[in-house]
Amino acid sequence: MAPAPAVLTRLLCAGVWRWPAFLQKATPGPARLNARMVTRAQVPVVSELQDGDDLQSRILDVPLQHSDFFNVKELFSVKSLFEARVHLGHKAGCRHRFMEPYIFGNRLGQDIIDLEQTAQHLQLALNFTAHVAYRKGIILFVSRNRQFSHLIESTARDCGEYAHTRYFKGGLLTNAQLLFGPTVRLPDLIIFLHTLNNVFEPHVAVRDAAKMNIPTVGIVDTNCNPCLITYPIPGNDDSPQAIHLFCKLFRTAINRAKEKRRQMEALHRLQSSRGSEGSGTSSAPDKSQCP
Amino acid sequence: MVFKVLWGFHPRLAVGPSLLKLIHTTVVTKKKNVQASRQESYTEDFIKKQIEDFNIGKRHLANMMGEDPETFTEEDVDRAIAYLFPSGLFEKQARPIMKHPEQIFPKQRAIQWGEDGRPFHFLFYTGKQSYYSLMHEVYGKILQLETHRGPLSEKTDSRDLIGSRWLIKEELEEMLVEKLSDQDYVQFIRLLEKLLTLPYGPAEEEFVKRFRKSVTVQSKKQVIEPVQYDEQGLAFSTSEGRRKSATAQAIVYQHGSGKIRVNGLDYLLYFPVTQDREQLMFPFHFLDRLEKHDVTCTVSGGGRSAQAGAIRLAMARALCSFITEDEVEWMRQAGLLTPDPRIRERKKPGQEGARRKFTWKKR
Repeated sequence: MAPAPAVLTRLLCAGVWRWPAFLQKATPGPARLNARMVTRAQVPVVSELQDGDDLQSRILDVPLQHSDFFNVKELFSVKSLFEARVHLGHKAGCRHRFMEPYIFGNRLGQDIIDLEQTAQHLQLALNFTAHVAYRKGIILFVSRNRQFSHLIESTARDCGEYAHTRYFKGGLLTNAQLLFGPTVRLPDLIIFLHTLNNVFEPHVAVRDAAKMNIPTVGIVDTNCNPCLITYPIPGNDDSPQAIHLFCKLFRTAINRAKEKRRQMEALHRLQSSRGSEGSGTSSAPDKSQCP
Repeated sequence: MVFKVLWGFHPRLAVGPSLLKLIHTTVVTKKKNVQASRQESYTEDFIKKQIEDFNIGKRHLANMMGEDPETFTEEDVDRAIAYLFPSGLFEKQARPIMKHPEQIFPKQRAIQWGEDGRPFHFLFYTGKQSYYSLMHEVYGKILQLETHRGPLSEKTDSRDLIGSRWLIKEELEEMLVEKLSDQDYVQFIRLLEKLLTLPYGPAEEEFVKRFRKSVTVQSKKQVIEPVQYDEQGLAFSTSEGRRKSATAQAIVYQHGSGKIRVNGLDYLLYFPVTQDREQLMFPFHFLDRLEKHDVTCTVSGGGRSAQAGAIRLAMARALCSFITEDEVEWMRQAGLLTPDPRIRERKKPGQEGARRKFTWKKR
């Protein structure tokens, strides 16, 4: 448990974990950091934070030095977002007050979302998703829109992650130990492709994830509340093209991150075996390859 | 020096006997719930041990019965147990049984996640992973068929679905090892029906067959008596019937003129009441063969109505050998081939009869 807060501070400094401004003022830093540890007390801690092994720490620390280690910026552009109709919002009457900063303007009664801001938010969100996938976190795709339920479940299955596009049972996240078993592991990231449920109310998982200190990434439309979502992505969640694009982006980011992790592990395994051979035969060690 | 500890107070020394207080503490005793001693979940080792014990026990049983332990089947086990532990209990499920542990202990799920904590199934966090993955699969098939559907869609007729029914909710729950709600089940059946309206191929048919159960046609279980021939070459068939405490044996001849003889007498003389004679005529009347068969029967026990019912059943069973299978099915559906299970209810102590109580006196 001791190294965990240190790692988290490092993450914060690296700019990977970005807390929304109004939340930062509400709660002090250390208390927030420790809260997550308390809830996870009974669950077996995943072995990522074993800093004893130097190679292991290198695998985990090197990606955090870069701002866009997985190069997610190249996966999309403002033009591609525009062609996928991500900028289309709902009518002005449906507008949520907290979405006003993200709205570019209004045309013939329909709100238009600012794609420049969307691009920035999307880059941050994809970067964070990739980092979570790199560190072997559990990612849960949540949506309650029946039109895209099959697509989202297929996307999750293709990434090797998890999906929940069905009726959300009450204590799923907050009472998971009772529902599933005492040693269940909760998701490390929840991605909302639709933040609202079928009665146009915020999905219960948004609030529950905030309660369980699980970071969330969510596509927020002009009628959604972006407050409790860690990495909101203002964008259209009703057009099929937009949802297909987002699914493709998430899938690519996750697959890339996992592939990278496999490569890094293979590389370091190779290096460690070479290093042991080198120390045994006392031959000149080979130049280590830079990632 | 006497130390005493009071709740919520710092422990202080007692000064003298006047300050000694008797502290009454309530002792909370937990009553052990005896019913809860049965385990909710069984470990794998426990089940394995039970299976080993069962196999050893089966071999012992085979030795006891003097049969070969290698070829001792389930039916042999049941027969052996019924022989060794005869039980007069009415409830069949209350009698001693010896079955494979998989049939006795309810099926459970193993732990759903690996060592690193990651669940195996991609829909684990929904709670009902098997059910929702099934829905996902069926919906995927429907989408596939809808995209491949040509302009002239010939609907394949439901030829294989006639003799089968959908699995009921309990059977589906058993198959998926999950609890379902009624709405879940209805939705699932609706999805499958939708799949069947589209032009499906052999793969989809195979998939759907998993959720259909064949309805065993009852008449196939009906034992049809063989036709026998007497000295003059006349074809006849004989059968038995019972009703209440009357047993009857009937011999029905294939060709005749509609005469019925009971215990050597004509049925008009043996059964003076019209109702009983109507009962005897009913099987023939039902199949429009009133004056086509001759019947000779013997009956004993019971009263007049019971004897009539017993003879009717015996005649209907004997008649099955001369008629078509469809007619047998019609007779079965009419209730002619079903033995009436009603028997006289026993008198209970403290009552005057089976149901009649003694006269209640207020004082």
